[in-house]
Amino acid sequence: MAYDPIHQFRIEPIVPIHVGGLDFSFTNSALFMVLTVAVGAGFLILATASRAVVPGRWQSSAEIVYEFVEKTLRDSAGSEGMRFFPFVFSLFMFVLVANLWGMFPYFFTVTSQIIVTAALALSVILLVIVYGFWKNGLHFFKLFVPSGVPKVILPFIVVIEVLSFVSRPISLSIRLFANMLAGHITLKVFAGFVVLLGSAGFLGVVGAVLPLLGTIALTALEFLVAALQAYVFAILTSLYINDAIHPGH
Amino acid sequence: MELAAAKALGAGIACIGMGTAGIGLGHIFGNYLAGAIRNPAAADGQFGRLIFGFAVTEALGIFSLLVALILLFT
Repeated sequence: MAYDPIHQFRIEPIVPIHVGGLDFSFTNSALFMVLTVAVGAGFLILATASRAVVPGRWQSSAEIVYEFVEKTLRDSAGSEGMRFFPFVFSLFMFVLVANLWGMFPYFFTVTSQIIVTAALALSVILLVIVYGFWKNGLHFFKLFVPSGVPKVILPFIVVIEVLSFVSRPISLSIRLFANMLAGHITLKVFAGFVVLLGSAGFLGVVGAVLPLLGTIALTALEFLVAALQAYVFAILTSLYINDAIHPGH
Repeated sequence: MELAAAKALGAGIACIGMGTAGIGLGHIFGNYLAGAIRNPAAADGQFGRLIFGFAVTEALGIFSLLVALILLFT
């Protein structure tokens, strides 16, 4: 068993599929994305299947998730932004369930791959740009010209605003990716300490309790971070959508 | 200086970024607590913004951790 903490991020093909020199293998990453969609969609569909007016426990929990994301989107983007609710809700559920799947031992964390989070962030930014131009035309560039700025420093402000807009997809993807990566590496390093100490005689086994407690505390923290990162991804998406609908601060 | 040594040094220096991120986080939560003690009724309403501010500040600390990890493991 490899003690190094990087081994867990290796992508391994489960069903090798090669088409014309390109690799379309069904990998462990793909498997967990399928599981994420299955659990996320399955939970929501099954929980609301009965459509009771007075919800039972399962339906109530699904409604809590729905209203949580609805509140987030409505507060940030207003009623006009609600047309993007399916998109934001799907993003939230995907990131949340993918993060939670990665918490189980030996399971692969889909969102710890930069390509996955970059794809999600890119879809958000493309939506913002395309919808922003489609709805506002060239008025969309008002986003980079905040009101109430003295004309003297306006050119510099515009440059800074453009840079800050360009950095949005980068920070959106790296925030989620690095949080998941760092969390899981730290977890594996602490777990490695437990094994290392435990193999050092009786005193070592006694001392190994300390990194074990650390691993337990870190796992609790990782559950919090998993949910938190999903919420942050959703709220930032809502804020960027608000910028697309109402450009200009 | 050999490359591996320089990379290890760089990784150590990158950890300063995490310290400054900690300062930023303490600032945010300290201000939230100071406001919450003055006006407990309004505290819960701002909790969402608190968590959002925490996450974006923490992100910068994580970026510097990412730099350190890249230096150590590639």
